Amino acid sequence: MIYLQLFWEFFKTGLFAIGGGMATLPFLYDMADKTNWFTRAQLADMIAVSESTPGPIGVNMATYVGYLTKGVPGAITATLGLVAPSIIIILIVAAFLEAFRTSKYVGGAFYGLRPASTALITSAGLIVVKETFVVSTGFFWQGLILAAVIIVLTNFVKQTKKWHPIVFIGLSALVGVVFRFAGA
Amino acid sequence: MKLLWELFFTFARVGVMTFGGGYAMLPILQREVVENKGWATEEELADWFAIGQCTPGVIAVNTATFAGRKVKGNIGGIVATLGIVFPSIVIISLLAGVITTFADVAWVKNAFAGIRVCVCVLIFNAVMKLWKKSVIDKATLVIYLLILAASLFLDWSPVIFVVFAALCGIVLQVKLKRGGEQA
Repeated sequence: MIYLQLFWEFFKTGLFAIGGGMATLPFLYDMADKTNWFTRAQLADMIAVSESTPGPIGVNMATYVGYLTKGVPGAITATLGLVAPSIIIILIVAAFLEAFRTSKYVGGAFYGLRPASTALITSAGLIVVKETFVVSTGFFWQGLILAAVIIVLTNFVKQTKKWHPIVFIGLSALVGVVFRFAGA
Repeated sequence: MKLLWELFFTFARVGVMTFGGGYAMLPILQREVVENKGWATEEELADWFAIGQCTPGVIAVNTATFAGRKVKGNIGGIVATLGIVFPSIVIISLLAGVITTFADVAWVKNAFAGIRVCVCVLIFNAVMKLWKKSVIDKATLVIYLLILAASLFLDWSPVIFVVFAALCGIVLQVKLKRGGEQA
């Protein structure tokens, strides 16, 4: 029964998340609130692991949630749920590629969908920001300094801009350990 | 049958070599699918990628389905997709178990507190990139702000917002086109 539920939740995510891996995030937050499969705090760690391991982020996150819920069979179920709509939709689209490309209805739908998807990811991002920076001891100032440094390195410094995210994740982990970010 | 195995392993290899998905996958797909296997041309791959980005689902998976279908029909599409997700299932299952076991160790906690800060910035950067492509005029800005406010303050499923935005887009675009024809 829980497998059916897992498959269905991720089927919905695969069907409505548009614009790549991060677009699955709002759906995962919704899932965290509605089920007791995982917590919002665990989600931030899942994103980090999914970014730092091989494979598409969206697929990795689905696998992770599935594993936490029901072990390896859960991981397989969630992943199949996520990709099932893709397979169905792409096989249909591929068969009508020209009509799809020139349809004004399809074009119109995506004109509205793209900003909506950006908005949903923004809102999910704000949740991650809140959970990261508002901690039991107050505001996480050291974290803000680290964030500012990473923003500069990933956007403005020519030499580091092209570095893979995994490098920044690794360095952040190191900074966290050295400066005891969790106070542990 | 041999071709199906080849599809599965080629896309499993692409899955292992892709860190982060999406754009990171394009050069690897070019090498494996276009240069090594000759299954598609550069142009076809670019088309699949573009459509994969704006259709529902994970971009990497969508592109794999396209490529598989070209090589061996619908069954090929399914096999290529299973190939690309296979490494994720193996690697994440192994890691998730390990991380759950060590989640309470002090340095692991500290490390993840640092990593979370980095994740915030990565999401911020992703939003910036998407913003430039999606918020292109006043109407899309209104949609963005409306959906952002709604998703922050209403406890509704994102599905509702997505469907609403698609309908808005159709109404706006089809209406705009008509206005353009009349003028």
